[in-house]
Parts: sequence; structure tokens; C-alpha cells
Amino acid sequence: MEKITCILCPKGCSIEKKEEGNEIKYIGYGCTRGLEYAKDEFTQPKRILTTTIHVKDGELEFLPVRTNKPIPKKLLFDAMAILRKVEVTAPVEVGSVVVKNILDTGADVIATRKVRKKSFF
Amino acid sequence: MHEYSVIVIGGGPAGLAAALKSFENLDDKRILIIERDSFLGGILNQCIHPGFGLHYFKEELTGPEYAQRFIELVEKNGIEYLTDTHVMDITPEKEVTIVNKHGLKKLKAKAIVLAMGARERTRGAVQIPGTRPAGIFTAGQAQRFINIEGYKIGKKAVIVGSGDIGLIMARRLTLEGIEVKAVVEIMPYSTGLRRNIVQCLEDFGIPLLLSHKVVKIHGNERVEGVTISVVDSDFKEIPGTQRFIECDTVLFSVGLIPENELSKKAGVVIDERTGGPFVDNTFSTTANGIFACGNVLHIHDLVDNVTLEAETAGKYAALYCQNPELFQKGKLTNIIASDGIRYVVPQHLNRNFLEPTILRFRVNNVYHDKVILLINSGKKLLKIKKQYLSPGEMESIALSEKILSQMDFSEDIILKLEDDK
Ligand SMILES: Cc1cc2nc3c(=O)[nH]c(=O)nc-3n(C[C@H](O)[C@H](O)[C@H](O)COP(=O)(O)OP(=O)(O)OC[C@H]3O[C@@H](n4cnc5c(N)ncnc54)[C@H](O)[C@@H]3O)c2cc1C
Repeated sequence: MEKITCILCPKGCSIEKKEEGNEIKYIGYGCTRGLEYAKDEFTQPKRILTTTIHVKDGELEFLPVRTNKPIPKKLLFDAMAILRKVEVTAPVEVGSVVVKNILDTGADVIATRKVRKKSFF
Repeated sequence: MHEYSVIVIGGGPAGLAAALKSFENLDDKRILIIERDSFLGGILNQCIHPGFGLHYFKEELTGPEYAQRFIELVEKNGIEYLTDTHVMDITPEKEVTIVNKHGLKKLKAKAIVLAMGARERTRGAVQIPGTRPAGIFTAGQAQRFINIEGYKIGKKAVIVGSGDIGLIMARRLTLEGIEVKAVVEIMPYSTGLRRNIVQCLEDFGIPLLLSHKVVKIHGNERVEGVTISVVDSDFKEIPGTQRFIECDTVLFSVGLIPENELSKKAGVVIDERTGGPFVDNTFSTTANGIFACGNVLHIHDLVDNVTLEAETAGKYAALYCQNPELFQKGKLTNIIASDGIRYVVPQHLNRNFLEPTILRFRVNNVYHDKVILLINSGKKLLKIKKQYLSPGEMESIALSEKILSQMDFSEDIILKLEDDK
């Protein structure tokens, strides 16, 4: 019997996976989204990655970014290694794509903050 | 002196939501937001992690994205705001003294919304002996350095305190290639949200040491390590359990304190339990025409709740400009936190506004199998079963129209915990 904690909302339901013969059962989820989460979490755990990347000519030096969907947990550090080397140029809008389909995960890395061009006056 | 209807102090999520609701409800639209930082958005700008907006927007956003939605509405509506501007003083007459690069200025408001947020407790607050080397930060300070300024703050870290900010920084440091040796928590439980314990510690195998405390910080120029110890139920060190952990960085995540220095100057009375003003269900403080919301009022774990509360404060601040007499203080019913409940906000109900109201509260310990009871003139008006309650998670109950219709407002409203038999 394995156990995970659902993280979709602050409730934090504890969900168990039970194998009875060929049947797999999940116990303890509080909603259908929780059930879907549990199925994924037991087979292929995924996480949204957030970090910052360099931005040139911006009113800020660093741009916060995130993957637009969760990516496999085991790829988090590989994705970080890529993003450390990425640089974009201001202006940047929220939601604009900075890396497409990172590590073939199907997820794009997008900007989470608007950064205007630096003004020199 | 330039006059506004509503002046909002603080441009974080609380200030932005309050300003937007005042704007909706105010005919003259004379509103000003004042923010000391260079950008609107408050602490959300440095909270680049996901987990915001699940309740309010029904989707998961990062802090800057959540803030951006409100900033855009503020700009679209042409609501006036000043950044890089510090509010130095407010008076009970609602005069506001500001300072910025243009100098000092006085403004006048009919109503003020306090939305200054909170500040972090520091190493001093937990009194740890040892030297004062470089490498000691509060968690929020480290968050700002890393997420906004882009510094690498160390190589090996120990985090003191397991509140959400500490947990989130444990993950952030790990992703940045900084080894987090442990999160050290003096209580037998974490005060952080469960999803953060899972996603920030368990995901990366970072040990959470409960009932442990840092008893000494070592190092002269730079931190060289900490000594930790197991503690007993009185938080005293248990002899023989001391252990040295080598590290060059220590992050303190030991709680937030509502930022109320200004509020006090305006004669706002502070509730010792929340650290924020006493308010009624219109979020009116004890000072006429001064409202409060967000972390300045009490510390929130979820920004969604901040927004909802701020919308109410903003709506009533606008109404105050038109009908100040409705806000007289003679018609308040007390809402009292008792047995097991540490505090409740609002602390009063204004009988001129008997509208459905959400009571937000925290318990004073971890509890299993309890009922939350709402009692008025000896009657139990509401009973909610709870399998698990923790001080780390804000709870709420609704005073619905139905419940309000059963109340005797000459008597206190009492909120307490009881065993679930
Ligand atoms: C590190 C951290 C992580 C968090 N993580 C999450 C999360 O994952 N999910 C979630 O839902 N919530 C999270 N929260 C909680 C949520 O972000 C806060 O509850 C919320 O931002 C509080 O909003 P506020 O507007 O009251 O305060 P703030 O955002 O702090 O804004 C207050 C503003 O007032 C300004 N100010 C203060 N004094 C003055 C003055 N005298 N003059 C002018 N301006 C002034 C400050 O500069 C600041 O911009 C987190 C909070 C922190 C601190």
C-alpha cells in the first residue's frame, strides 16, 4: 500500500493506492481532480517548474518564468540547467513563450511578469 | 491640501483589490494608491512559485501573474497610484504625509484603507546565541535577493522554521543548486501548508526536523555551521541530543508581524492576538473612516482570502465617504474567540450591516476530531465537524443570512472548539 498527499488544494487529502488482484483502487481523495492527480502522482509525478532567467535591457534584470504545464519531476534539474543559459530581451509580456517544448515535454516555458524596456532618463 | 475620497496605503494584493472595489462603488472615483516599492504587487512580485489564485480565479498562478491581473485592472480604470512613495504619517483626521523624490507632501482623505502588509520576524526574535557572521537572512529577504536581484546567496543552507516561506525557499535553494541540509522546526508540527511540505521538502528529500531548535550559530566572517538540539515539550534542549551541521547560510522563517506602526499613529487599536487592528464586519478599525485588510490585519496563508477581504474593505471605505454615520461605534456586537480558537477576524459585528459575513480564524494548537461551535445567547447556531485543525491553516465559517436571522445581537457571538463526541 502506497500513500501520497494531494496538493491540489490546501485540504491536503491523503490518498492511498490499493491493489486488489488486477484491480487498482484509490482511497481517500476528496474530489475527482484529486483522483486524477493521484493516478498521475503514482505513475508519473509531474511538477510545474518556476524560476528566473536573465533579461537584457529590462527595468528588471531577471524575469520570472514557469512551465505552462507540469513536467516530469525527474526532469526538473535538467530544465533548470537549460534555463540558466537562456536570455531574453525586454520588453516581455506575461505569457510570452521563452522556451518552446522544453526537453520534449510538450510544455512551454512562459514569462510570468511584464518587464518593460529600461528607460535611461 | 490635495483631497481624495479614498487613499489606499500599500500596493500589494490587499491594496489593489480594495482600490478596485472602492472605484466600483464611488461616484467621484477619487482614489489614490501609495506604494513605497518601485512596482505595484507587493510581496507577490518575489513569490515566483505557483499556488496563487486557485480559489479566486480557479486556476493556478504564480505571485507575479496574480498581481498582474489586478495591476492591469487598476491601470485600465485609470486609478491613480504613486510608486517609490513612502507614507510617513497618518492622523486620526485622515491627513496622510508622504515622501518621495519630489519631497514631502500632505494629502487628505475621507477614508483610508490600511494595506501595508507584514514584516518578517528576524533572528533577534528567536534569540539564538553565537556570533554575527555574514550568511544570515530572513527567508523573505533571501527570496528577494534570489528571485528579483538574482544573487546566489550561499552553497549549503539550514532553514530555521517550517512556515510556508521557509518551505518554499528550501525548494528554491535546491533548484538553484544550493544544498539544503535541513529545515529545523521547534514545534512538533509544521506551520506550513501540507502541499508545501510535499512539494518543497519530500520531493527533494530535505529533512524536516520537528521538535528541534538551533541553539548556536558558528562562524566569524561567514557562517560555518549551526548546532541543533532536540527539545522537550517545554522547548528546552534535551541534553546529549546536540548535533553540529556544517553550512554557510542560515535562513530564518519564523513568522510575520503585521506592519502597524502607521496605524497606531492614527489611533487604531491593535488586537494583541492578531497583531493587527480590531475591525468589524465592514473592516472598519476603531478609528473613524480607517479600514484595514490583508496581512496588516492578520497573517494570511492564501492570497485569495486577502483579495476577498480587501474587496469588502474597499467597498465599505467607499460607502463611508457617502454615509459616515452608518459606521458609528455604538452598534457593535462582540465576536469572541474562546476555547481552542486563538483569534477571530472580524472581532465585531456592526448592526447597521447585518449582511452575510465570513469569520476567519486560527486555532491555537493541532487538534483531531473536534467541532467548531458558534454560540449566541446560549444557543448553538452552527456546528462544523473537523477531523484535523492546525494553527498553520486559516479556517473560516460563514455567518449566513439564516444564521444572522436567529441571532440576538445584544449578546456576544462566541466561537469555540469542543470534542466531537
Ligand atoms: C514569502 C511568501 C510566500 C507566500 N506564498 C503564498 C502562496 O504560495 N500562495 C498564496 O495564496 N499566498 C502566499 N503568500 C501569502 C500572500 O502572498 C500574502 O498573504 C499577501 O501577499 C498579502 O498581501 P498584502 O497586500 O496584505 O501585503 P503585501 O503583499 O506585503 O503588500 C503590502 C505593500 O505595502 C507596502 N507598504 C508598506 N508600508 C508602506 C508605507 N508606509 N508606505 C507605502 N507603502 C507601504 C509594501 O511595500 C507592500 O508592497 C505568501 C506570502 C509570502 C510573504
